[in-house]
Amino acid sequence: MKKVIMGNHALSYGAMISRSQVIAAYPITPQTQVVELLSEMCASKTLDAKFIKVESEHSAMAACIAASIAGARTFTATSAQGLTLMHELLHWASGGRLPVVMGNINRAMAPGWSIWTDQNDSLSQRDTGWIQFYCASNQEVLDTVIQAFKVSERLLIPSMVILDAFALSHTYEVVDIPDQEKVDAYLPPFHPVVRLTPSEPHAFGGLTSPEHYFEFRYKLQVDMEKAPALIEETGREYEKIFGRHLGLVEDYECDDADLILITSGTAGYTARVAVDQLRQEGVKAGNLRIKVFRPFPFEKVRQIAGKAKKVAVVDRNISYGHHGIFYQEVKSALYGFDHNPPIFGFITGLGGRDITPETFKEIAHLTMARDKAEEEISWIGVKR
Amino acid sequence: MKNKKKAEKIIFRSEKDVPLMPMSLGSMLFNKTGAWRNIRPVVDLSNCIQCGICWKFCPDVAISIENEFPVVDYDYCKGCGICAEECPSKCIAMVEEER
Repeated sequence: MKKVIMGNHALSYGAMISRSQVIAAYPITPQTQVVELLSEMCASKTLDAKFIKVESEHSAMAACIAASIAGARTFTATSAQGLTLMHELLHWASGGRLPVVMGNINRAMAPGWSIWTDQNDSLSQRDTGWIQFYCASNQEVLDTVIQAFKVSERLLIPSMVILDAFALSHTYEVVDIPDQEKVDAYLPPFHPVVRLTPSEPHAFGGLTSPEHYFEFRYKLQVDMEKAPALIEETGREYEKIFGRHLGLVEDYECDDADLILITSGTAGYTARVAVDQLRQEGVKAGNLRIKVFRPFPFEKVRQIAGKAKKVAVVDRNISYGHHGIFYQEVKSALYGFDHNPPIFGFITGLGGRDITPETFKEIAHLTMARDKAEEEISWIGVKR
Repeated sequence: MKNKKKAEKIIFRSEKDVPLMPMSLGSMLFNKTGAWRNIRPVVDLSNCIQCGICWKFCPDVAISIENEFPVVDYDYCKGCGICAEECPSKCIAMVEEER
């Protein structure tokens, strides 16, 4: 069934069609609309789930962790300050190997208070052991929620499905909501390997001495390393049933590209417009959109970006004292490999300042004019 | 103490022995937190009215009820004194530990 819906509601429908059983959330704009619709679905029994109102995002994730330990398919959503308030509990979910799926709407961190998009909220959760998917359309948001449950429940690692504030969260697009029977066939009910029940009590996450701790972290990494292949496999399976491919990355006009613009989130689709215009001007440009940030798709980035003559990484985020976060990651992926093109780092669009095709064209021209990056960061669009 | 689990240390010889998540590792069987105690609760059973309030309030589950009277597990009682504070018949005294 096709519906015209906003990105927030694409998350809600994704959670509904995946048959989430427990939803715990605290309202923070713009995710408020995600759980508003889910609470209505729970009240009208469109969705047979327990909706838990809590008093903070920290508690929301705590409730999700408890529900997941009890064996329920669990969903929540948040944004910016809410996500960062959850930070401690994000470690509890991944360390406890609980396949919670969470929507996060990328909003810039305060101060100053901002309701506009940038990626520093979710990227500062980089090392919490969560899988991170960055989406570029409302359809992709819905599809990715379904896939995220499948991947998370297979690996017992939680997932974040991330979308840009306003550019997706409040933008209405046509979204195909798949048939329930088909989703049920793709995503069977969650059968946890360990389940907390009154008849079999356990202590979870108790005191873990140096004798024991190390191996739990080793196992989390080993399973995280299985995620890229599983995301590709479940993405192909998704395409067979629903006709839409879900992968680690999406490449556009990259095969013969001299210059590859690496992006994430909605900026990827803006970059495609710029790629078409650049090609009309005679610049052989391409766009590589990184969809999965954790685990980082090293192989795909090497295969695709390694072929280009130059790579420009466009970050809507910054690691203060270092540089753009995707720029760091792309550099670490390409370092030491045979095909190692010069990589240029650009920061733009912080706090929701528009990223337009002109932005990408400026970036492309700056990159093509230089042999190598002369500075760690090139700021695009900053008034200075 | 009733139902007290026999202490057996869990040792991982390889990662194959390791469960997916830290779960019921039994580490508290060996980590006897009672050693932290500076004052100990001593129950005067002759004044005890068997209300069970000390058992209910103990935050460390270090009081059990045996034959309807409280028994303190000094391996885990940290000496917080909540039981003495809550006891309605004031039959629990907090006595300084001598070391």
